[in-house]
Amino acid sequence: MKNSIKVLMIDLNNQKIEIENRKDLTAFLGGVGTGIKLLEENLIDEWDPYHEGQPIVLSIGPMETIFPAVTKVVALFKSPLTGELGESYAGMRLGMAMRFAGYDAIVITGKAKRPMYLYISNHEIEFKNAEALWGLDTEETGRLMRDIEEGAGLRSIMRIGVSGERKIPFAGVNVDTYRHFGRLGLGAVFGSKLLKGIVIHGNGNEIIHNKKEFKGVYDGIYAKVVETDHMEKYHGLGTSINIMPLNNMNALPTRNLQKSSFEYANEISGEAFAQEKLFRKLACAGCPIGCIHVAIQRKKFGDPVEYSWAGISYDHELIFAVGSFLGIGNKEDILSLIETIELLGLDCMSTGVLLGWVTEAYERGLITKDQIGRAVKFGDVEGYQYIIKNMIQGSNNFYKTISKGTHHASEVYGGKEFAAVLGKHEMAGYHTGYGNLLGMTMGARHSHLDNGGYSLDQAMKDLDKNKLIDDLIQEEIERNIQNCLVICLFSRKIYDLDTIINALKVIGIEYDTEQLMALGKEIFKMKVRAKKKLGFDYSSITFPKRFFETETLHGKLNEDVANELLEIYIGKMEELCKEHINLFSQIEGEKKLV
Amino acid sequence: MEVDQTVWGVIMEKDRNKVLRAVDMSKCIGCCSCMLACARNVHGDYSPVKSAVRIHSSGGFQGRFVANICRGCIRPACAEVCHSGALNERSGGGVKLVKEKCIGCRKCIGACSVQGIIFDEQENKPIVCLQCGSCVKNCPHNVLSMEVNNNFYEEFNKSFDD
Repeated sequence: MKNSIKVLMIDLNNQKIEIENRKDLTAFLGGVGTGIKLLEENLIDEWDPYHEGQPIVLSIGPMETIFPAVTKVVALFKSPLTGELGESYAGMRLGMAMRFAGYDAIVITGKAKRPMYLYISNHEIEFKNAEALWGLDTEETGRLMRDIEEGAGLRSIMRIGVSGERKIPFAGVNVDTYRHFGRLGLGAVFGSKLLKGIVIHGNGNEIIHNKKEFKGVYDGIYAKVVETDHMEKYHGLGTSINIMPLNNMNALPTRNLQKSSFEYANEISGEAFAQEKLFRKLACAGCPIGCIHVAIQRKKFGDPVEYSWAGISYDHELIFAVGSFLGIGNKEDILSLIETIELLGLDCMSTGVLLGWVTEAYERGLITKDQIGRAVKFGDVEGYQYIIKNMIQGSNNFYKTISKGTHHASEVYGGKEFAAVLGKHEMAGYHTGYGNLLGMTMGARHSHLDNGGYSLDQAMKDLDKNKLIDDLIQEEIERNIQNCLVICLFSRKIYDLDTIINALKVIGIEYDTEQLMALGKEIFKMKVRAKKKLGFDYSSITFPKRFFETETLHGKLNEDVANELLEIYIGKMEELCKEHINLFSQIEGEKKLV
Repeated sequence: MEVDQTVWGVIMEKDRNKVLRAVDMSKCIGCCSCMLACARNVHGDYSPVKSAVRIHSSGGFQGRFVANICRGCIRPACAEVCHSGALNERSGGGVKLVKEKCIGCRKCIGACSVQGIIFDEQENKPIVCLQCGSCVKNCPHNVLSMEVNNNFYEEFNKSFDD
């Protein structure tokens, strides 16, 4: 096994590249570990997220693609939405392409003089003119890049839509049509660099030195993935299986979180989508599960029988964001909104939550019909299409303002108390209780996936405050380890620490449980440090009132209890940050690098 | 099992060699498990660059997945154009590659009309399907299958009747 991390540094200003083989980075294992270190090294904290000097870091780990369901790539950047840590994950073919192009990490800085896309392979890096692609939607951009570039089957194509070009701070990056670096605005950072996309062609190879031993470990994990029921939920109905149970436990955010159950839930459930709309499933390269569910959307565009169609991928989060959250109980309408959001390259969750806020703000008279250009009410799919398009265009001051995200919009127009944002980030599709509330607020990237608080809520009977906070922190530390390897979190139950240790061992990387936990903790600390340097003030956190007004699985939440939990969290976090962790001392022979 | 045809004459059903078939690509989820298995188990490499099976999307991810594989020809055009004796007809269909004899001329690549052979630039040799079925074992949806091409054996057995 190689003993260094290969970093491809790309400078868009001068169209120069540099390849660095960094022995010191092996202490961070890979993925989010090496990624956060590279971010720390390259970020200028006080600069704007759109400053040309700011980096985009893409990072994979040593198990990427060669083990089942280890398929993700982590992106790190300064988030234009929150102004602090930007961390996002995407799969499809990207992990495979990056691994076999031969780069463990890619750091992109600078700004192109004209719209540009990058072609990256094992022996070639090209800076390509993207003038003709600028202004095109994500699908047509992808189609052209596919046609122009080589490498079918071994490549990945990232691209932004018009929302990224226009630096909407919750624009994502589309990866191979059906996956995304969705959250926190990586698409806008691409746009700020005039970077329309990146093709990565994984045309290199890597010899297996211990074929027999490797096969033993691989086959064991593969069998666990396909033969146990750990991942059945993701293959079967997919994540949208969550709609009904969440609805039944009062945890499905509905109509801007005015309610937590939706009268049309069974119309938009995973079961209903599967029965009427599902027409195929897809998988990321190297994962036999196939969790990506694609629905067929038939669109009638003329009489008597003129139809077009589109294949739209759906998940729980999307159905919540542009379904229940907007009072839309119709699959066709949900798919049409997802399609618009996809083509423009926006993050669906942030867009849905923003639209929910707009609807309520309009109903309460905080914004007017003149500003919007029409009336809007919950369930109004045409209104939402209209608002999305005007927001992208920045049609007037109102649209320019809301295009900066829900938090910003509510600061300008009022209505912060019903803005469903935590840590300036639009909420995800769970209103389960304190675990989710604290988890999203305190998680490093304000994501439900930082620490799975929604899951802790579902396992919890009575609130044990200290235990809840301990569990949230512990879970985030363990996920940091999994994210160093960029294991798909859907397979987190398969990749327990012992499995990870065995898998690493067979590819020549020695770790024990204690060392892995130390690494997870160190990354936790590094993220807190990065956030503080970027100006995130833990003492100024407040929760929007709305989170306390609506039933959860555990009844209505109490603001005082939430504040108490916050205090406990910050206390434990600070304590952990004081712990001395020496990663380097655990790696013999590398000590002198410190 | 490879059968010595000169001794056995007519080949009985149980002894027939199978060839790889993509029996239902509409069920393919594009997980690349087959390519990774071929690279790993046959070629000792982690990278699907080394796979004899090539899955890719046709018309992007909104399109469908297609498989470029060796179709196990009864009279393989690739073997016909091989002057060095590296590619030889295989009992049951398809070809066998004798690596030592291959000079890397790439004639086989051009002769295969279904994109079933890939050229390994690094080794300067074609990557030829062994018809071993390793990919099939790693296909979670039974898209790929090893099957007997009965046409091969009908023709073969007929030659003994005559």
